[in-house]
Amino acid sequence: MKAFTTLTGIAAPMPMANVDTDKIIPGRFLKTIQRTGLGKHLFANMRYEDDGAEKPDFVLNQEPYRKAEILVAYENFGCGSSREHAPWALLDFGIRCVIAPDFADIFHNNSFKNGVLPVKLPREICEQLMEDARLGPNSRITVDLERQVVVRPNGEEIPFTIDPFRRHLLLNGLDDIGQTMQHAPSIDGFEAKQRAAQPWLYDAAL
Amino acid sequence: MSATKPRTLSDSSPRTLFDKIWDAHVVETLPDGTAVLYIDKHLTHEVTSPQAFEGLRLAGRKVRRPDATLAVVDHNIATDASRYGTIEDPESRTQVETLEANVKAFGVPYIPLTDKRQGIVHVIGPELGLSLPGMTIVCGDSHTSTHGALGALAFGIGTSEVEHVLATQTLLQKPAKNMRVTVDGKLPAGCTAKDIVLAIIGKIGTAGGTGHVIEFAGEAIRALDMAGRMTVCNMSIEAGARAGMVAPDQTTFDYVKGRPFAPKGEAYDRAVAWWKTLPSDEGAVFDKEVRLDAAEIIPQMTWGTSPEDVLPVTGVVPNPAEIADEARRAQVQRMVEYMGLTPGQKLTDLKVDVVFVGSCTNSRIEDIRVVADIAKGRKVAPHVRALVVPGSGLVKEAAEAEGLDKVLLEAGFEWREAGCSMCLGMNPDKLKPGQRSASTSNRNFEGRQGPGGRTHLVSPAMAAAAAIAGHFVDVRDFAKQEGV
Repeated sequence: MKAFTTLTGIAAPMPMANVDTDKIIPGRFLKTIQRTGLGKHLFANMRYEDDGAEKPDFVLNQEPYRKAEILVAYENFGCGSSREHAPWALLDFGIRCVIAPDFADIFHNNSFKNGVLPVKLPREICEQLMEDARLGPNSRITVDLERQVVVRPNGEEIPFTIDPFRRHLLLNGLDDIGQTMQHAPSIDGFEAKQRAAQPWLYDAAL
Repeated sequence: MSATKPRTLSDSSPRTLFDKIWDAHVVETLPDGTAVLYIDKHLTHEVTSPQAFEGLRLAGRKVRRPDATLAVVDHNIATDASRYGTIEDPESRTQVETLEANVKAFGVPYIPLTDKRQGIVHVIGPELGLSLPGMTIVCGDSHTSTHGALGALAFGIGTSEVEHVLATQTLLQKPAKNMRVTVDGKLPAGCTAKDIVLAIIGKIGTAGGTGHVIEFAGEAIRALDMAGRMTVCNMSIEAGARAGMVAPDQTTFDYVKGRPFAPKGEAYDRAVAWWKTLPSDEGAVFDKEVRLDAAEIIPQMTWGTSPEDVLPVTGVVPNPAEIADEARRAQVQRMVEYMGLTPGQKLTDLKVDVVFVGSCTNSRIEDIRVVADIAKGRKVAPHVRALVVPGSGLVKEAAEAEGLDKVLLEAGFEWREAGCSMCLGMNPDKLKPGQRSASTSNRNFEGRQGPGGRTHLVSPAMAAAAAIAGHFVDVRDFAKQEGV
C-alpha cells in the first residue's frame, strides 16, 4: 500500500448525502479480477450517458475537477455494499481523500486498506469546504495526516481526529497482514483451546 | 468496527450477546485496544475474492484454514438453463474461472454451479449448517449480516480483509457499540419480517446503526421463524449497522439440528449448552435503544432510491415543495424525478413492469410458499414480467417437491435456477432503463437492478400481489379486491 502523509490537490464538490457504493461503482463493473483500471467507471451512471458520452454537468467531467484528488461530500458516504472496488475506483481516478461528516463502516475500513484517507468533519465545516471546492482552479486543499489538519485555500487550518493505529499504518504504508502474522503464536494457542472446547468447529469440512 | 472502551475478560458486568461472542473470539488485544479477532467461518464468492487470492499469491502466503472456508458462485451467474453451458459474458466467465482456479490452488472447499447445494452464499450457509450460533462469520459481502439470525456475529468485509482472513483466520477490529431494536407486540396479518425491517430502517435511517451491532429483540422478533429472522438481520446493513443479530433460542436450536454440517449427537448437546449462555444478560447496557410496536406496522414499500425512503403502502409520493430543509428537498426532488413519480400520487396507483422475488433477503422456501399461496389460481397481469428465483438448489428442490413451481408457472411466473439474479445488475437478469420493479431484494439505489431501473422494495407477499394486480396493492385488501 502506498503511504499517505500529506496531499495537496484539487477538491471536487459533491453536495449529496448517502453517496452509495452503487453510485461510486455500479455492479456491472465488479466483474474484474484486478484492483486497477476502475477509474474510468467511477460514478459511471452519473458521469456518462447511455451511449458512453460524458454528461457535461457532472463535476468530474469539468475542469479542473478531472484532476481532483480530494472529494467533499455529505453524510453517510459509501453506504451500501462491501465492494472494495469503490475505493479502488476512487484511487484509480486519482482521488486519495474523501471529506464528509460521516462514512458507512465498511467503506471506511476499505479506504484505509488502500491508502485512501476518509476525513470526518462536522457538517458545517464540510459546507465550508464544499464552498472552497466550488472555487475551480482555486479549490486546492491540503490534507496533512502527519499533523492531522485540513488546510483550506485561505490558509485556515482545521484539525481532524483519526484512529492512531490506522494513522500509523497509513503514514508508513504498512500491510496489516504482515502485522497480524507477528501474532501467529497467539493464534495457534487460541485455536488449540477452541478446538478442545468446541471440536465441531474443526470437523465441518465440506 | 468503531471505537468504544476496551473490555476485559475478567469483567463480570452484564454482557450483551455481541459482547459474549466478541469476548470469546479475542485472540489478543493490542495496546491501543484493537483486537486480533478470530474468525470461525469464512464464506467467499467470485466477485470479492480474486484480488485477495492474488494478494496471497504475490506474498507467497497460504490459506490458514481451508476447512473453515467455503467458496461458492452466486453473483454473476445466469439463473436460466444457459448457465450450464459456457458463460457468455467474458468478464463473468473469467471471474468464475478465476475462483475455480483459486480454490484448487489454495485447497479451499468449493460448491460449483452443478452441485444442487449451490446458491446465494447467505442462503446456503445457514441451510447447510455451516453457520452456527456463537460463531464469528465473515464474507466479502455486506449482507453477511444475514447469518446473525442464528445468534452469530456475522459481518461483511472488503477484499483486503478477505485476504487478511484467508492468511491469518483473524481480523484486526475494534469492538462495535451495542444497539438494541425491540419490536413489541404481534405483527398484523399481511405483514412480514420484511415489513418489520423496512419500518425499522424508515424509523432510524440508513445511518441509524453506523458503528453499532444491532440486536433485534422483543415479542415480534421471537415469534419469527428463522427465515424471517434472516430477512431482518439481512437488512441491518441498510440501517448502517455492521451486523444484526437475534439471540439463539429453541427456534434456532431446532433449525440447526440435523443440518449437514451442524454438530451431531453429543457434540450437538454440548453446543446447545454453550449457545444457551449467549443471550444478553439481564441489565446489559446498550449504547442505543429503539422500540417499535409491531401492531402499528402496515405493509411497507420504498418509494425513493435509499432504503430509508419507505412508506406504508397506503401512503402517497412525497412532495418536495413541502420540505423545509433545502438539502432534503433537493434529495427528494432528485428521487421523485429518477423514480418517475408525481408528488401526491397514491403508491397503489404505480404500475409495475417487473416483479422480482429472490435475493439473500427473501428467497427461502418460506418466502416462495407465500408467493405461491397468493399466485394459486390467479394470473400474473399481462404486462408484467415476474420472476421467482430460489436462493439455492436445495430451496428449489424443496419447492418443487411441494409442487410450488407448478403453481407459479401456471400463474405466469418464471421459475429460475438459484443465484443473486436481479438484485444487483451484474448478471443477465436486469431491469431495462425506466422499468419499474416490485422487488423483494434489499437495495433500491439508482441503477442497482440495471441502469435507469426503478426499484421498489417490498415483501414477497406484496410482490406477488403486485404481479397479479399489475400495480402496487395493499396485500391486506388483495383477497377482497381480486376480481372486482
